Amino acid sequence: MKKSVFLGALTVAGLTAGAAAAATLDDVKARGTLNCGVTTGLVGFAAPDANGEWQGFDVSVCRAVAAAVLGDPTAVEFVPTTGKTRFTALASGEIDLLARNTTWTFSRDTDLKFDFVGVNYYDGQGFMVPKALGVTSAKELDGATVCIQTGTTTELNLADFFRTNNIEYTPVPIETNAEAQPLYLEGACDVYTTDASGLAATRAAFENPGDHVILPEIISKEPLGPLVRHGDNDWGDIASWTLMALIAAEEYGITSANIEEMSAGTNNPEINRILGTEGELGAMIGLDAEWAKRAIAAGGNYGEIFAKNIGEETPVGLARGLNAQWTDGGLLYAPPFR
Amino acid sequence: MSDMHSHLAFVRTEMLAQQEPPIKEKGIVKWARSNLFSNWVNSVLTIVALYVIVRLIFSAGPWFLNGIWDTSSLAQCREILDGARGACFSVLSERWQQLLFGIAYPSDQYWRPTLAFVLMLVAAAPVLFVALPRAMLIITGLFPFVAYWLLWGGTIMTSVFVLIGVVVGYLVFTKAERFGFVLGLVAGLIAAVVVWKIGGAITPAVDGIMVLEPVASRDMGGFMLNMMLGVVCISLSLPIGIMLALGRQSHMPIIKGISVVFIEFIRGVPLITLLFVASVVLAYFFPPETNMDLILRVIIMITMFSSAYIAEVIRGGLAALPKGQYEAADSLGLDYAQAMRLIILPQALKISIPGIVNVAVGLFKDTTLVSVISMFDLVGMIRGPILASTEWNGVYWELYGFAALLFFVTCYSISQYSQWLERQLRTDHR
Repeated sequence: MKKSVFLGALTVAGLTAGAAAAATLDDVKARGTLNCGVTTGLVGFAAPDANGEWQGFDVSVCRAVAAAVLGDPTAVEFVPTTGKTRFTALASGEIDLLARNTTWTFSRDTDLKFDFVGVNYYDGQGFMVPKALGVTSAKELDGATVCIQTGTTTELNLADFFRTNNIEYTPVPIETNAEAQPLYLEGACDVYTTDASGLAATRAAFENPGDHVILPEIISKEPLGPLVRHGDNDWGDIASWTLMALIAAEEYGITSANIEEMSAGTNNPEINRILGTEGELGAMIGLDAEWAKRAIAAGGNYGEIFAKNIGEETPVGLARGLNAQWTDGGLLYAPPFR
Repeated sequence: MSDMHSHLAFVRTEMLAQQEPPIKEKGIVKWARSNLFSNWVNSVLTIVALYVIVRLIFSAGPWFLNGIWDTSSLAQCREILDGARGACFSVLSERWQQLLFGIAYPSDQYWRPTLAFVLMLVAAAPVLFVALPRAMLIITGLFPFVAYWLLWGGTIMTSVFVLIGVVVGYLVFTKAERFGFVLGLVAGLIAAVVVWKIGGAITPAVDGIMVLEPVASRDMGGFMLNMMLGVVCISLSLPIGIMLALGRQSHMPIIKGISVVFIEFIRGVPLITLLFVASVVLAYFFPPETNMDLILRVIIMITMFSSAYIAEVIRGGLAALPKGQYEAADSLGLDYAQAMRLIILPQALKISIPGIVNVAVGLFKDTTLVSVISMFDLVGMIRGPILASTEWNGVYWELYGFAALLFFVTCYSISQYSQWLERQLRTDHR
């Protein structure tokens, strides 16, 4: 009896889950807030400030999507997730969008049944060592102890790198970036490895950043992007094109400062289509005409978001590098809005 | 003869004045000689210990004294210290609200958890100290409902209806009990559920009465969350643990079987696994929109965990009682419930106090494990948001020291109370 009730409940749960997955947009609109999964804290990418307001590069993606769909960039319920809980939170429907510096990989896209909607940061895994160690290349790290975050792609890349170069290492598993910092500084590990953006942010917080070097090798490709559940392509399109709108806005020079002026109409039809003064793009994804305008107004275009949260003027101090527009030799390339 | 004695010149006629003890045998010198330097091993240990203490004071002292309380980021702290050793306590003065209440609890509502905390102390007092007037137990009974209303907000009517349901259920139980204990229990339960249903139907109509700003569960955090989890889980797991312990000793095979399987299963699984089940696996079983409250899920799991441990502690107490006590109760003609309530449990629980307190202290500290399932309790706040903010990235000792202080104060008070209680309840003649 008990068992059949349990199985029955499971079936019902499965059915409703299936039904709900098909219309995330309706759910979000009915709820009035976007449930957005973020990290429990990563400098520059997502962290609440002293007033409890979430700030950061990934957080801006959440806010842009909320602005596009609900018209209010603050209508976001941020759900903090760890490296281990993030995928179940998304798969179970607890969150609608995961914007948590997650690397786009084959198996996550296919086997885990998610859809990456784009890339908001092109990263790569690097190594940081104390200058006193006298190491100039990662290939000289034979026998080193390495601090490494568990449950991430960096863990696997590290194993691959050391295997291909036929050198030995001892891993020191850690949970978060914040935990790695004191361990590395106290010398519990010789090397700290994570995404290069994370290394730069970590080093910037040291008392003597000059005593540490980031080695030249970048051993992996880490395209970090927001993702949604597989199977609701309409919702995926919205998230994807919101991100594209931010990128395209930078390319066409739409900023939070001039967006009002530009939405009065310009002689560039592409800008007009993005801002909804021409064409019917919003209706095609089930939103109104001004969706992209609101998304861009929420936190500025991609370049503004980058500069505000992780750019060279901030303590994180990252250069654009690969994350420049394609016109500047980077990889950001938004498809045409047409 | 007596005459002769009285005239002997060498016998004193008056008492000597009391003399000061020799310098070696009094005051601090004697204390130091007998406690610190009684033999050469102790002397060496004393000197080593003194050296360590002095070193500690000299290394930690400046760090505390140079502490900076009023900057807005770690970088500013370092600038002011300019290479000198010193703590950056500014992180505490800027973020103490977040450490205590979490990131999202509305800051103009902080008085609510604070009031709930004070009320908790008042409500716990009559339970902890028998000398206080018994009428104060009414406060204890009302506390859970008031605390729920204070912490989560909304209309007070929800709490009122739940309270009415409990009271009605209890009244029905006392009336129906004479037809049998189980029957009374079922009748009471049905009555309570009926009242709750009616209350649930009426609540929307009376929504406007005494409304506090509602706060969602996921907005709770900081030390408040640790306290909530600790207090709720310990107070729930004590009665459940007693029932499980009695169930395990029962002669009824089904009850015994259920108790044994429950206890052994829960004790065989690490708490962190249960928490992962609560946060991750259960989410798959519920439909997405009936998202069961995460705090509730965690409370259920921690309560299950600690009640299994408390059950085993109490079983130890039960086993320590001589068989004669059980037989004495039977020979007085007491039924099972009376025998347990009046004779067995008071003695067994007294024996179990150190074990129960041990579990309680351990459980309270275990509440920090919820940071692993991305809840922002005190440790979660430190590990996540605060250390990941650009201002405070890199502050460790100050934050973890603060957390240690809060936990030490709480756990040490619990342990002091339990020792006091043991002395109070001691009836033997040691």
